[in-house]
Amino acid sequence: MLDTLTAALREVLSADSVITDPVRLRTYECDGLTYHRATPGVVVLPATAEQVAAVVRLCVEFAVPFVARGSGTGLSGGALPREDGVLIVTSRMRRVLEVDLPNRRAVVEPGVTNLAITEAVRDQGFYYAPDPSSQQICSIGGNVAENSGGAHCLKYGFTVNHVEACEIVTPDGDLVTLDRMDPGYDLLGAFIGSEGTLGIATKITVRLTPAPESVTTVLAAFENIEQGGRAVSAIIASGIVPAAIEMMDALAIEAAEAAVACDYPRGAGAVLIVELDGPAAEVELQFARLKEICAGAFELRVAADQEERAAIWKGRKSAFAAVGRISPAYIVQDGVVPRTALPRVLAAIDRLSAEHRIRVANVFHAGDGNLHPLVLFDDAEPGAGERAETVSGAIIDLCVEHGGSITGEHGVGVDKARYMPRMFTDDDLDTMQLVRCAFDPRGLSNPGKVFPTPRLCGEVPGVRKGVHPLVESGKAEQF
Amino acid sequence: MLSEKPVGATVREAGPEDAVCGVTPRWVALPETVEEIASVLRACAERGLAVVPAGGGTKLHWGPPPERLDVLLDLCCMNEIVEHAAGDLVVRAQAGVTMDALASALAESGQELALDVPFTEGATIGGTLAAAVAGPRAFRYGTARDLLIGITVVLPDGTVARSGGKVVKNVAGYDLGKLFTGSFGTLGVIAEATFRLHPLPADRRWIVAVVEPPRVSQSGPCQARELAAMLAVAQEEPSAVELDWPHGQGPIWMTVLVEGAAAEDRARALAARMGEVVTGVRDEPPPQWGLIVDDRLLAEVRFPPAALTEVLDAVHYTGFSLRGSAVGGRLWLELWGEDGQAGEEDEERVTGAVAALRDRLEGCGARLVVHATPYESVQRWGRVGALPLMRRVKERFDPGRVMSPGRFVGGI
Repeated sequence: MLDTLTAALREVLSADSVITDPVRLRTYECDGLTYHRATPGVVVLPATAEQVAAVVRLCVEFAVPFVARGSGTGLSGGALPREDGVLIVTSRMRRVLEVDLPNRRAVVEPGVTNLAITEAVRDQGFYYAPDPSSQQICSIGGNVAENSGGAHCLKYGFTVNHVEACEIVTPDGDLVTLDRMDPGYDLLGAFIGSEGTLGIATKITVRLTPAPESVTTVLAAFENIEQGGRAVSAIIASGIVPAAIEMMDALAIEAAEAAVACDYPRGAGAVLIVELDGPAAEVELQFARLKEICAGAFELRVAADQEERAAIWKGRKSAFAAVGRISPAYIVQDGVVPRTALPRVLAAIDRLSAEHRIRVANVFHAGDGNLHPLVLFDDAEPGAGERAETVSGAIIDLCVEHGGSITGEHGVGVDKARYMPRMFTDDDLDTMQLVRCAFDPRGLSNPGKVFPTPRLCGEVPGVRKGVHPLVESGKAEQF
Repeated sequence: MLSEKPVGATVREAGPEDAVCGVTPRWVALPETVEEIASVLRACAERGLAVVPAGGGTKLHWGPPPERLDVLLDLCCMNEIVEHAAGDLVVRAQAGVTMDALASALAESGQELALDVPFTEGATIGGTLAAAVAGPRAFRYGTARDLLIGITVVLPDGTVARSGGKVVKNVAGYDLGKLFTGSFGTLGVIAEATFRLHPLPADRRWIVAVVEPPRVSQSGPCQARELAAMLAVAQEEPSAVELDWPHGQGPIWMTVLVEGAAAEDRARALAARMGEVVTGVRDEPPPQWGLIVDDRLLAEVRFPPAALTEVLDAVHYTGFSLRGSAVGGRLWLELWGEDGQAGEEDEERVTGAVAALRDRLEGCGARLVVHATPYESVQRWGRVGALPLMRRVKERFDPGRVMSPGRFVGGI
C-alpha cells in the first residue's frame, strides 16, 4: 500500500520532497521525547498548502494514516511517526507571508519558528507573546497543534489567545480557513491544541503585541522552598499579575550551576524569578510592593539591563538540559496544580522521592502552578528506570487529586494518552471524540495520540466486546 | 407528553410569556442540578422533543425562531457559585448564576471576571457564554472563550461531559469550552463553567473625547482611526477604547479606559497625547458605557482594526447607532427609534440597508451578523467560513436536531 502511495506522492511533489531512504527516514523517528521511536513509512516535505492538501487526499484515497511535524521539539511524542504512515514535515514552509502592523498581525507559514515572528517585528516595537522554552527552533505550526504556552503565559495567555485565523488542511484534504471573525462555532478554538488530530495548519495569522514600556526582572533567593511558595501566594494575593513567576529548588539550582555557572545566590533552598512588565508607572508601584512581599528573601537581585536580565533567566532556561550534569537520565513531567496546592504537592513529591530513592529536581512556572519535576535516575542501575516511572506517574496522580491537570503545556501526545482516564471520564473522552469524528471520520490524522482507546466513529457508546467487525473484515483499522 | 411520567425535575406548563421568537413551548423545565438537566434532556430525547435552553432571557430573542420547540429549559435555578478559589483566582459556578451576582461575590475578595456584559441585569453565565458576547475590555482581557478554563455540558442524549478544569494552564484533551462558547444552545446545554479571574483594578479613569466622522474630515486623516491606532499600542496600556455614535450622525464619542496602578497618571499622559479632542478625564464611566440600549434590531460588526475608517464610513447616514471597540474590532449596531420605538422604519428599507451595509463591510474584510431583528426578511449571517465542518460538528453532537433547531448559522 505504502509503495503505491509513495509513487502517487512523487507525482504531486518534487523528487527531493519524498524521502524513502531508510537512513534519512531515521532522522524523523522521534520528536523531543526521545524514548518513543518509530521510523516513518515515508516522509514528505511539501512547500505549499496545496501540496499538503494533495498529500492528505492521497492518504485518504489509500487509507493511510498521516502525522504532521514541525521542528520536532515536542515533549509528548505528538509528532511520533507511524511506520505504516506518512510523515508530513513543514520545514519547507518557512515564509513570513505578511507583516501587517496597522492590524497588529502577521501571517506566516507553519514552519516559521516562534522566535522568527518576534525577530521580524521587534524593530517596530512588537513581539509575539507566547514564548515556549524551545522558541528558537520550535515551529508556529507545532505551537498551534500543542497550544503552546511559555514562561510569560501567566499574564499573556497561550497560543490560542494569540491566533486570529488558521488556514488548515482538513483530514479530508480540503483547504479551509478558520477565522475568529467568522460567525458560527469557534472551530479555531477547538482546532488549536488538538495535537494534529483535526488536521494540519498551513497558514497562521498571529496577533502581535506591543512591547511593554518597562520590564523589571527580580531574582529572590529563599532558604527553603516553603518560603518561596509563600511569597508566590502573597504576590498573587496582592493583586499583581506578573508576566512570569518561576521557581527552582536546590537540586535544580545545583544542576544549573554545574551546567551554565548561572551564579545564583549560594545556599539558596529555592530561587524565585519574578518578571513585572507594563506601563513604567505601574511597574514601579508593583516593584515596590514586590520588595515588601519578598522581605523574607536573603538576597534580592534586580536586573538593571537586558544583559543582567538574561543572566537571571540563564539558569532557569537551561534547567532541563542542565540536569544531564547531575544525572545520567531523567523524565520531565508537566503536571499542573492550583497555585494554593503547591506547598502540599511539593511536600508529597518529597515523600515520593524519599520512598522510592529517586531524586526529583523541581523547576516550575509557579505563577500558574505548572510543575516541571525532573525525575532523575541512572539508566545503568537495574530497576531505577521503573522506579522513576513510578514516581513520575505518582506525581501526575498528585496533580489530578489536587484538581489540576496531567499536562500544562507539553501536550498529551502518545506519552500521556494513558493518563487521560485519570483526569476525564469515559463520557468526557467520548464527547471529545465527537469533535474528532466530525473532523476526521476515518481516524487518519495523527491516530493514536491524545486519546487512550478511541472508538471508531459511528460506533455506539457502550462496552466493546471483541474485535470490531469492520476491523475484522479489514475495512477499518483500530488506532 | 413530558408530564406523563416523571422527568426528574420540576416541569410546568408553558404560557405565551415563555415564547422564543414567537414560538411558544409546551413545557418549561426547571432543573436544579446537572443531573436534573441530564434527566430532562434524556426524557426529551426519548420523546423526540425539541429544547431551547434559557438563562436570564436577555438574548432569547436573538437568532432565528426555533423550527420547533417543546421544552424551554430554564436554568434560573442553577444559581450556585460552586467554588471560588480566591488564592487561585478561579471560580466555578452554575450556568444560571447572573453575571451581577457573580461580580458581587467576587468583589468581596477584590476580584472580578473581566468580562463585560452589555446588559444591566439578568444576563447569566450560561447565556453570556452561549452568545459569546464581548464588551469594551475584551481588547485587554479577551472574550468569554479566553477567560473560560473549564466547562460542564450536557449533551442532547443526557451525557454529562467536562473539559478543561480549574487550572488556567491546561492542554489535556480537546477544549469543549471553546466549541460551546458562541454555540447558541445548538450543541447541548452549558451547565457549569470555570473562569480565570483578575484582581479588581486599583483604580480606573475614563478619558472622554469627541472626534469627527471620517466623511466630514475628508480632507485630513480619519481622527478616530489615527487615535485608535495610537491607543492600541500605547505604553500606558488602556483597557478599552469605546466609540459611541448615536444614529451614525454627528460627532463620535470616544472613551478610553485606563485601569490599574497609577491609572490617573497614565490617563493624563494619554489624554495629553490625544490632544484637543479630549473633553475630560473622569473617575466615572459615561452613561450606558458598554451597554446595549435597544436590541430589537441588533447587529455586530467584526473588523480588522485598520479598517475602522471604512467601517465608520459605511455606517454613516445609515441611521444605525454604533457603539463598541475602536481597537478590538467589534462593534454593535442598533436601530434606535424615536422615544424608544423602532418607529417608522419599515421592513423593506431595513432589509435593503443591512444588505448594502454588509456588502460594503465584507468588501473591507469585515463581517456583519444580525443578532436580532423583528423582520424575517433581514439576512442574518452573511459569509460563514467552514460551514460544512460546523454542520458535521452539529450532526455529531445533536444527531436528532433537538437542541435549538434552526437557531444558528446555515440553519443549524
